Amino acid sequence: MTEASDATVVEIASDADVVRVRQLVRGLAVRAGLSLVDQTKLITASSELARNTLVYGGGGRAIVSFTQDNTRRGVEAQFVDEGPGIPDVDQALQDGWTSGSGLGLGLSGSRRLVDVFDLDTDVGAGTRVRIVKWGR
Amino acid sequence: MVAATNGALIGSMTSDREGILADWEAAVRGSQRTGRSSPDLQSELSSLYDAILSGVGSGGDIRSEGMGEVRALLNEMSFARARQGYTPTETASAVFALKEPVRGRLPDTQMAEFVEFSTLIDQLGLFTFETFAAARESVIMSQTEQLLELSTPVVKLWDGVLAVPLVGTLDSARTQVVMETLLQTLVDTGSAHAIIDITGVAAVDTQVAQHLLKTVVAARLMGAECIISGIRPQIAQTVVALGIEFGDIPTKATLADALRHVLRQAGFDIVRRNGERS
Amino acid sequence: MERIPIYKIGDILLVSIQIDLQDQDAMNLQDDLSNRVVETGAHGVVIDISALELVDSFIGRMLSTIAAVSRVLDARTVVVGMRPAVAITLVELGLSLPGVETALDVESGLALIASHLSDSEFIDAAVPGAALDD
Repeated sequence: MTEASDATVVEIASDADVVRVRQLVRGLAVRAGLSLVDQTKLITASSELARNTLVYGGGGRAIVSFTQDNTRRGVEAQFVDEGPGIPDVDQALQDGWTSGSGLGLGLSGSRRLVDVFDLDTDVGAGTRVRIVKWGR
Repeated sequence: MVAATNGALIGSMTSDREGILADWEAAVRGSQRTGRSSPDLQSELSSLYDAILSGVGSGGDIRSEGMGEVRALLNEMSFARARQGYTPTETASAVFALKEPVRGRLPDTQMAEFVEFSTLIDQLGLFTFETFAAARESVIMSQTEQLLELSTPVVKLWDGVLAVPLVGTLDSARTQVVMETLLQTLVDTGSAHAIIDITGVAAVDTQVAQHLLKTVVAARLMGAECIISGIRPQIAQTVVALGIEFGDIPTKATLADALRHVLRQAGFDIVRRNGERS
Repeated sequence: MERIPIYKIGDILLVSIQIDLQDQDAMNLQDDLSNRVVETGAHGVVIDISALELVDSFIGRMLSTIAAVSRVLDARTVVVGMRPAVAITLVELGLSLPGVETALDVESGLALIASHLSDSEFIDAAVPGAALDD
């Protein structure tokens, strides 16, 4: 059972906002006690997802907060947009960076960087991605 | 040492079992810190009591076969208490505390028997001291082993050349630690070469191979080259059978071969003093 | 928005990325570097990323593109100073930065380019008119 504490919301409408998301996530990751490598992984995944929200989702927002379960603290980030949604989720999750076709969202890569990866999407109904990275 | 007769002792210990046990338990509980719950201590002492009683009946020397069960129980008791943080004196005292309840129930005319019994109890108490020391040693040893497992030494073999001798089992968590330590040390020492020696690695499966590969690729991104050494014939066969591709990562059979290769790559020539090149 | 400064050291261009890169900064750097290579006829580009705590797919692609473009313009690109945490993350992401050479630091990067140049000079001298093939 996880509890998320008060969340910070960042509107994602421009390049600069992606950087803001990185900085926000970095701050929380440090305070949650994540190792340097885990911080880097989380911030990188957040950067990817925030960019997706901007470029493919037409803009949206990031909701970042501390979270914890019985034994450890972590950081949770959600990326929400009301854009076109992802038509073929299975394919999107498989796409590698080097594949020329497809949306090139790099979701599979980001998924490998985090501990929890929830993707909620529907054509015409937007996209919501929720990630969590736990401290050790 | 065998008693001429210890009939009275045995008789008393048999008929007065409950009473002696109760006194014994009370004495032990009184002299020790809290921690042992009543049923625990009770069953422990009563098992020991019965073993001692049957041991006394069969001869009475602590090293005799008849005392086998007593030694086993005392061993267990020592280990358990060592782990729980009791002092060896507390453990021995618990054994000594059996004397008084027994003596109190023996008529004065049977003191000779008691003296022998007392000597036996002394031996048993000292025995717990010995086993306690052994128990502590084994706890320390297993902790050290765990520490060794966790620590991953990265050694500097030469200017700009690091070596990571991997030993034992490589699980995911440990390999990650190795990876991070190696990469950080490459930066800290400004080294561009690393030899990952797996001579001491028990087995290489797909997961381990993947971790090794990731480490090598990451090092390359940082501008350093890795070479893997210590590949035993069995491991080579496993790698091939599993279809693991080491790609263009150089592999050498021995650490020595790897070192020679790396030094040459790093621009060093080793010259024997009589002029021969090595 | 400020552009990232590009320094010229002899025949080589040196860039040191110190800031948290926005996507637009990356695009600008790509353009600026290509222009400078052509302007100066530089044979090498050293990109120092030792201050970067993050290299994501966009920045990774930028580095690969700079390497590819430079190569066409007859210059080699070396990326130096990648941090361990960044390297580990890139590998996990599945990014291999194709076409990008790497070195530990600026000094090694410069040495690497110098060694390539001397190789090619040697080939030039030995077989006049032969195509340059590194």
